[in-house]
Amino acid sequence: MAADLHAGFIALNRFGLRSRRGGDLAAAASYPRGFLRAELEQPGIAALEAPDLPRTAVALKILFTDQEQQRLQRLAADMTIQTASLEESPGTAGTPSSAKPKEAPKPPPPAIQQVFRTEASARLRRILEAQPGFVERLVQFWTNHFCVATMKGGFVRIAAGAFERDAIRPHVLGRFGDMLQAVESHPAMLFYLDNQLSIGPNSPAGQRTGRGLNENLAREILELHTLGVNGGYTQADVTALARIITGWTFAGRAGQLGEPGSFVFNANSHEPGEQIVLGRPYAQRDVGQGRAALADIARHPATAQHLAFKLARHFVADEPPPALVAKLTDIFRNTDGALKALAVALVDRTLGMHRARRCAIPKNVSTRRDGLSGACPKIPANSSARCFSRHAALGPAWTERFSRYCRRLGEPRRHESAARNLRTHRRSLARFAEPARSSRRDCRRSRIERNTPGDCARRIEAAGVGFVVDVPGSAAPMKGARR
Amino acid sequence: MNLLCETPSPSRRALLAATGGLFAWAYLPKFARAADQRDPRLVVIILRGALDGLSAVAPIGDPDYAGLHGQIALSLSGDHPAIPLDSFFALNPAMPVFARLYRAGQGAVVHAVATPYRERSHFDGQDVLESGFPGPGRVGSGWLNRAIAALPRGAPVAVRGGLGVGATTPLIMRGRAPVLGWSPQTLPQPTEDLANRVLDLYRHRDPLLAEALMQGLATEKIAAGEMDKTPRGGFATAAGMRQAAQGAARLIAADDGPRVAALAFDGWDTHANEGGATGRLAQLLGGLDGALEEFERTLAPVWQDTAIVIATEFGRTARINGTVGTDHGTATVAFLVGGAIKGGRMIADWPGLKPDQLFENRDLAPTTDLRAVLKGVLADHLGLGGRVLAESVFPDSLAVKPMNGVIV
Repeated sequence: MAADLHAGFIALNRFGLRSRRGGDLAAAASYPRGFLRAELEQPGIAALEAPDLPRTAVALKILFTDQEQQRLQRLAADMTIQTASLEESPGTAGTPSSAKPKEAPKPPPPAIQQVFRTEASARLRRILEAQPGFVERLVQFWTNHFCVATMKGGFVRIAAGAFERDAIRPHVLGRFGDMLQAVESHPAMLFYLDNQLSIGPNSPAGQRTGRGLNENLAREILELHTLGVNGGYTQADVTALARIITGWTFAGRAGQLGEPGSFVFNANSHEPGEQIVLGRPYAQRDVGQGRAALADIARHPATAQHLAFKLARHFVADEPPPALVAKLTDIFRNTDGALKALAVALVDRTLGMHRARRCAIPKNVSTRRDGLSGACPKIPANSSARCFSRHAALGPAWTERFSRYCRRLGEPRRHESAARNLRTHRRSLARFAEPARSSRRDCRRSRIERNTPGDCARRIEAAGVGFVVDVPGSAAPMKGARR
Repeated sequence: MNLLCETPSPSRRALLAATGGLFAWAYLPKFARAADQRDPRLVVIILRGALDGLSAVAPIGDPDYAGLHGQIALSLSGDHPAIPLDSFFALNPAMPVFARLYRAGQGAVVHAVATPYRERSHFDGQDVLESGFPGPGRVGSGWLNRAIAALPRGAPVAVRGGLGVGATTPLIMRGRAPVLGWSPQTLPQPTEDLANRVLDLYRHRDPLLAEALMQGLATEKIAAGEMDKTPRGGFATAAGMRQAAQGAARLIAADDGPRVAALAFDGWDTHANEGGATGRLAQLLGGLDGALEEFERTLAPVWQDTAIVIATEFGRTARINGTVGTDHGTATVAFLVGGAIKGGRMIADWPGLKPDQLFENRDLAPTTDLRAVLKGVLADHLGLGGRVLAESVFPDSLAVKPMNGVIV
């Protein structure tokens, strides 16, 4: 076959979710870049919608209702106990068993869990169906970038799926600035980083209650979401941004500020006055102050550099080529953060790069059987190797496959290092049915988001559902995990 | 006691001294501990998220403390009075086990301590804490692993290697020295039948993988023991901390188990509604205290040779924020616990809490370098030499002298 099997393999495994039955390796190999880019052109490809997947406000209304019901149940239970103890007063003693409050009927699975599972199943289906899945990989990348952790509690747990569908997916092939605005005003993010509690000390609410700022969200916007930790901001910038986004909150159950569960700007708790962030003054008196600041931060050169590096590290190598990062930075700045242009550039430059760097197949290694002929052992292994070594909790199928691959390619060192990480496999096995409750740190640092329904689905896949590898010239496809 | 433990023979020392001269001597770890046949255990617990040192061990005697910490400040009166450690400092009442160990001379607190990191990012802060380098992002290995790697071949600690608790090995324990991994279950255990089937699959497909799985199953058997196998919900809950401690203690107590363990507990990032003597932080401190109790109980036979170090990436603001929590700060506390610790004392060069005494008019100012404390433990507990500590374990730290007399 004249087709470039190696590039096809990269296209499917590095940018997509895997190879599937039905000869898509051959298709990918015939025109790897086009194969990936075609997916980007499909209308509505990033959207994930179904009747049982609630919008953010709807999900939160389910939560509010559930919380209210539980409160009433507790209240009722307390009253039953009180009544029972009254009945136990002298004179009615002698029937202690009947005096006990009746065992409450077991509550149905909490609404939160139900919504979460529905969201997780939807991701699992999408991952199995997506072909090649480059767009889903981008969704996962940006969802991880704007991580919200379900360990924060039921609020984030029920809203995490809607957060990804409402704030990430609509912009994953759009503009970064729009995604940033959507994310930072989403109730899940506001709650995750405490912003609904943050009150301008000089606002009417601050004056009345004596409460004040919480800089959690402001710091993470600058450190994690935009400029990056070395992006040149100061503590004063963090505090100023925290003041700017006071009043960014969501409406509660009673709906005094707006539709329950939706983003609202509460002028009553917004810090008055001009603020200066990164040397620029913001004098607006309302939500426009934060909108303007975020718009500028999204266009900041440090943001372009930070995101270009992170994308290149995710899709290309732990230490990506500086030229690639520079190119992506340029594209980000010249297109005002057009994420589709960045995705296209990643594909074009990476697949081109690999062709240029082709090296010889080591002796005594047969790769033909797995359709890897012509593959350079160093290149497909590079970033994924380190990624697997560091994040071995991906699941047995991944590591087994990788381990086998390295050994076959005569790289015993990597083979051993992969194998060393297998001690985590048993835990992965236990974990694959449920998303891990990982720390915020893991969540933000790992290449794969670990706290969202998408992760749950991806992990299930990693644990053995997927990995169908096409084998040119052989009768039947092999399943990596189940042979 | 392990009879296979190799102790250096005089002739080997003599040979080294003769050939290498003084230069080599300086790099050679001390053999003091090996010679007196101790078999030390060292546990390092990292508190991820930045512990508010002023709420864990409160400077009750500082006239500015109560004003800064406002409604969450600890006090010696009320329903939940803090436990006095000396005339100036008092412990959060959620930590009765530590208080008992402190009184027994087996617990010490280092206050106003910090790593060399002076910014306020969790990720970079933890990177500096764990890598042992003076700045973030320099290296992919941890100081605890490099300490093990620097020990002489044959020393019990070097032979048995380290234990990393968690789904991935914490950075502090990554590196060249062998590391055993274990993580407590946070989900229901798979049945033994499933494990056997997978093992069978691996045996047919990949012997190396089968071997690794077998080792994992054996590790779990030791770690879990008779423990109730109910999942406890991760490292940010009191039950989860206890469970992790129990498993880790079992593994390092085993005759042929590792001797040095690294654990990490989560949830200390108390930006809002932190609580004081009760509340969110107190619950976490109670979990940590429970973990100490598990270590003490399970390691009882070797408690005299056990040192536990508890450290966090940085402290929190001295002044509470507008949401009755604290934001990212600088100096904080470190706890030292165990039969091998020369305890019953506060180790602090108190900087004061007046506005001009605070770091950037905001945080408790650091007066002790955490690396000095860690070096003191490694030197006297594991027998590592000053040069090794200053160059390979904590690079570029020659000016930071090991703290003397931390270990009994």
